Amino acid sequence: MGRIVLDNVTKSFGNAQVIPPLQLTIEDGEFAVFVGPSGCGKSTLLRLIAGLEDVTSGKIEIDGKDVSGLAPAKRGLAMVFQSYALYPHMTVRKNIAFPLKMAGLARAEIKKRVDNAAAVLNLTDYLDRRPGQLSGGQRQRVAIGRAIVREPAAFLFDEPLSNLDAALRVGMRLEISELHERLKSTMIYVTHDQVEAMTMADKIVVLQAGVIEQVGSPLELYRAPRNTFVAGFIGSPKMNLIDGPEATKRDAHTIGIRPEHIAVSSDSGSWKGKVNVSEHLGSDTFFHVQGTGLADSLTVRADGEVSFRHGDDIYLTPREEHIHRFDAKGLRIA
Amino acid sequence: MATQHSRSAARMMMAPAVVLLLGWMLVPLCMTLYFSFKKYLPLRGGDLGWVGFDNYVRFVSSSSFWPSVYATLIIVGGVLAITVVLGVLLAILLDQPMWGQGIVRMLVIAPFFVMPTVSSLVWKNMFMDPNYGLLAYLWRFFGAEPVQWMSQASLPSIVMIVSWQWLPFATLILLTAIQSLDSEQLEASEMDGAPVISRFWHIILPHLSRAITVVILIQTIFLLSIFAEIFVTTGGAFGTKTLSYLIFQRVLESQNVGLGSAGGVYAIILANIVAIFLMRIVGKNLDN
Repeated sequence: MGRIVLDNVTKSFGNAQVIPPLQLTIEDGEFAVFVGPSGCGKSTLLRLIAGLEDVTSGKIEIDGKDVSGLAPAKRGLAMVFQSYALYPHMTVRKNIAFPLKMAGLARAEIKKRVDNAAAVLNLTDYLDRRPGQLSGGQRQRVAIGRAIVREPAAFLFDEPLSNLDAALRVGMRLEISELHERLKSTMIYVTHDQVEAMTMADKIVVLQAGVIEQVGSPLELYRAPRNTFVAGFIGSPKMNLIDGPEATKRDAHTIGIRPEHIAVSSDSGSWKGKVNVSEHLGSDTFFHVQGTGLADSLTVRADGEVSFRHGDDIYLTPREEHIHRFDAKGLRIA
Repeated sequence: MATQHSRSAARMMMAPAVVLLLGWMLVPLCMTLYFSFKKYLPLRGGDLGWVGFDNYVRFVSSSSFWPSVYATLIIVGGVLAITVVLGVLLAILLDQPMWGQGIVRMLVIAPFFVMPTVSSLVWKNMFMDPNYGLLAYLWRFFGAEPVQWMSQASLPSIVMIVSWQWLPFATLILLTAIQSLDSEQLEASEMDGAPVISRFWHIILPHLSRAITVVILIQTIFLLSIFAEIFVTTGGAFGTKTLSYLIFQRVLESQNVGLGSAGGVYAIILANIVAIFLMRIVGKNLDN
């Protein structure tokens, strides 16, 4: 069980309030991802839940119990750190066993649980090694192993994949998702990478300057971003945001159109521009189009086979049903 | 990889330093070895010819040899124990954020800048003097008979003085080591349910092990040769004659260069035995 409720939680460092009053509920078994640009308070929020920082006001409930004043270990949570924070002088076995030893479990029980965790995480062959002798991905798995042996109410992940190379990151992303499927426990995952958020989350919490901009499932956020910040943050490449006459024409201050919702043509369309840079990914091609008079640069996605050269004229046609409209404050117009 | 050319250039560049160092070490070493096989009494007839291993036998069979080894070990061991234990505790204390941190750290390091002769005299006259020393006042305040530090507790006194001098060094090295500890590791252990004492034993102390070994190694080398502290306090009396002090007495007070040189060779051997042990410990620590 692990239903986590943040009720009017605030956090200040000295006079600077980094988290204004905040309400959030994470249901039992949910995979929640906190996402936002660096310095948006997502890690602070995670540390508040973990108990590594004290809340300035408000309360945190886990399974209906107020834990705001409890020590981290008493909250029944486990955390995986960005640097993995493995104990370098201990073997993998001792690292994983450490929380159990601190909890005073019997030696046989500790061994059983460590062996189980190692089997789940494919670490059995490495139990007698030191963290220094492992690769990045293996260290990551040891850190996860150390978290799962405690059978916590919820797992907290603080940018766990940011130290891994791109290929390994995709693999670990899948492993963590599978782990969530198998354990069915609550997980809170902090990242600045919206791809990780989109691919793993049941619920995404988009944060900016300590304020929750929007909470919802990945597709809800993709389809109906509540404001221009979420619109620009979720989705890759970023949504094109256009001000001016083109927006006024649609009764909005700003309109947004995703690159994948613009059709390209070499002879006719609504908007005309020149191709600047084209990025060929094989499956897709992204064109950065300039000189449309709408924005500095528009990004459009086309099929991988479509070919324009630098400086070619290009005609763009947005799909009207996919245009997002925002008012002067940046809020979505329904 | 370096090319043939750059390697030979490197050798050329290093040569002056190597030659200088070799000369610095080898000349005195050879002279010590040379004199240790001679009967050489500068004021009583000078060079009286070769005597083989006579000096070596006499040095060891002298009644002051074993007491001096004992005194050396007590001083080195005592100072090491005190500086490492207090050094770890002080380092942890100084690592805590507090008001006036910079000044406090400066003050902690200060004793290291005081010359051994000066600090020993200060301790001897201002603290440990049985009549007008501060400690005597303290003892009298509690109605106790002041301790005659230099005669009744001569070894502990010297251990105390030398520890006071070397504690800043140990603290400094251990403090930098503590500061290099990844704070996420401490947080992880906190999440893992380790109370403060366990965090110290399982995380901080293992992290410090390498720094502690370095402190022990460097201090041992310097402590084996402490001299000024003994010279200005007890002058080698009351069982405070260490091996290096004994050698000094043989050479300068008895004017027996040959005998003193033989003692010097023993000291070299002793220091090397210690060094070998320490290097092995350090090597083991540096492995991982």
